[in-house]
Amino acid sequence: MKWSKVLSLLLIIVLVAAAAVVSVAPVFEQNKTLSKYLPLIKDINLGLDLQGGVHVVFEAHDTPEAKVTPESMQQLKAIIENRVNGLGVSEPIIQLQGDRRLIVELAGIKDPEEAVRTIAKTAYLQFITEDGKTVVTGADLKDAREGKDPNTGQTEVNLTFTPAGTKKFADATAANVQKRIAIVLDNQLLQNPVVNEPIPNGKAVINGYASLDEAHKIAMLLRSGALPVKVTVEEKRSVGPALGADSLAKSQHAGLVGIVAILVFMLVYYRLPGLVANFALIIYSIIVLGVYLGMHVTMTLPGIAGFLLSLGIAVDANVIIFERVKEELRTGKTLRSAIDAGFKRGFTAVFDANATTLITAIVLYFLGTGPIRGFAVTLTIGILASMFTAITMTRWLLQLVAGANITKNPKYFGA
Amino acid sequence: MFHFIKLRKIWYIISIAVIIPGIISLFMQGLNLGIDFTGGTIMEVRFDKAMEAQDVRKAVDSVGLEGSKSIQQSGDRNYLIRTRALDQEESDKLFKGMQDKLGKATLLRTDLVGPVMGKELAYKALLALFIASVLMVIYITIRFEFKQGIAAIIALLHDTLLVTGIFSLLQIEVDTAFVAAILTIIGYSINDTIVIFDRIRENLRMRKKGESLEELVNRSIWQTLARSINTVLTVMFVLLAMYFLGGSTIKTFMLAMLIGVASGAYSSIFNASPLWVDLKLLETRKRVQSAKAS
Repeated sequence: MKWSKVLSLLLIIVLVAAAAVVSVAPVFEQNKTLSKYLPLIKDINLGLDLQGGVHVVFEAHDTPEAKVTPESMQQLKAIIENRVNGLGVSEPIIQLQGDRRLIVELAGIKDPEEAVRTIAKTAYLQFITEDGKTVVTGADLKDAREGKDPNTGQTEVNLTFTPAGTKKFADATAANVQKRIAIVLDNQLLQNPVVNEPIPNGKAVINGYASLDEAHKIAMLLRSGALPVKVTVEEKRSVGPALGADSLAKSQHAGLVGIVAILVFMLVYYRLPGLVANFALIIYSIIVLGVYLGMHVTMTLPGIAGFLLSLGIAVDANVIIFERVKEELRTGKTLRSAIDAGFKRGFTAVFDANATTLITAIVLYFLGTGPIRGFAVTLTIGILASMFTAITMTRWLLQLVAGANITKNPKYFGA
Repeated sequence: MFHFIKLRKIWYIISIAVIIPGIISLFMQGLNLGIDFTGGTIMEVRFDKAMEAQDVRKAVDSVGLEGSKSIQQSGDRNYLIRTRALDQEESDKLFKGMQDKLGKATLLRTDLVGPVMGKELAYKALLALFIASVLMVIYITIRFEFKQGIAAIIALLHDTLLVTGIFSLLQIEVDTAFVAAILTIIGYSINDTIVIFDRIRENLRMRKKGESLEELVNRSIWQTLARSINTVLTVMFVLLAMYFLGGSTIKTFMLAMLIGVASGAYSSIFNASPLWVDLKLLETRKRVQSAKAS
């Protein structure tokens, strides 16, 4: 045995084991600074199918009053952004697609249906006089805040008009004393109060809300303004948090079973090289985890499937090479040169085989939608990382093991 | 040890025999297209108490939405309800109506795809399949040769026909995830084929004197057989684990992958390589004939 090589082998094993443990296990829970970053796995973004959430595609339509233009789409986006921010979602995705589509993705919300209802509200506020004239609209609003009437304790929404709105409102109230002015939101009558006297200060109050939450939502909608064009929901995929948590737990369980099966199979069939390959697979997983974190990959359910499939591909690279090494050993080569020849000859097969899978993954990325894209992403990362680990890590480790002279018996290498 | 190439007629017959029922079914009843392609709404609901399917149906009918509806049990308390594309107001009404009639329930998920979107998704799916296939042929032609590309694509066609055929026979619902599965199967099956072709390429370079093409290909298949089997096994482990333990949302995706990966391994050994031999032999025969003619 060569002790220097045995030692470096041991050192690598300890290092990788440590890296693997801090990646997945919560060992530093007591330590505040470290537990902020560790275990690494908790920092991976979960897609909406794993923590609940919604993916919506809105489509804008032309109406006689408002045509769809690039400006109105930008305006629409800004308004929806405002509303989404009001929902308190972390890292929402809001992007325009094509000329008249807007995609919104919200992950980690308790009630995805309610969120869609809120962000898709037209929120067109009107003050209408008895003779049916709209005197003031939501566009004249400067601010809207929920609050409680200090005297009655009633929940209300306080409106403040812009200077122009203030003037319009003052004129309208002056002209309609002792008459009713209806407050209408999205064609729904909210209130129909009688004007007692002209209101020149540009303030109005809507009351009659059941809860402060409800008032908050209306105030938020009014603040963000009315949608500039008519929108419909063309596609919606909403996942409740219960199903998300369920999917996450189940796929983790399934993944674990699959991985253990692979590890056992490799060990039983390939013996010592199998052990090395398993070890390389752990390194591979850590590398992939690092790439996910570095590239802020959002993990979806198909994404997990892609990762697991890429494990299969990573194992395959090793299988191809080990089979080759075995063949070279049978021709009577020494362990060292058999390993070298095996890697050299095996690599073209690995490369060509992975290239075609890579092509499909890329096609899938560009033409796929939603969570399917997550599958393409993890598969692509997996293929690239597996080629890297197979030709660098596994090869180097195998040579190190062979060089350490722990055993000379080629039987342990599967021959 | 049996001869893969000499027995190739048998493999061809087996391959055709397994895909024919599926092809007939595809012509007769087609695929059971899900809302991803037809447009519509799916709601997955979990009731707090166990429910009878007929009660759920009654409750859904009582809401009074027009159009066809289908109700499918997916667990003792879980139900899938499919309808035409509902807007937010209608789907809220449906869920509320069910709760009023049947007691408290949790809305696990809702998928809504508008009819226009459905057509777009279907178009994109076909486009993806087409582009991927063309890119494969190009890649194989560059790295290997055109005839191998053709042989590989025929093997792929076999795999996709088998999977879609089985899905048609069993009328399992097809969605965008199914298309992703087909694409992955294509990538995966080609992967298997290429490992064998790579060995053929290498053996051709150091061809033994007097070795026929049949012998050479047969030898290449045997040399790569352990790898072919081991790789399929490891991938199968993962797929089976995901199929049985991964939850309902991903089941059809995994089923398609399972069938496709198994078929891909088969077709790489039993179809792609023998087909290439036949294509090659056809070429030599033609050459001999034209040589005789001149």
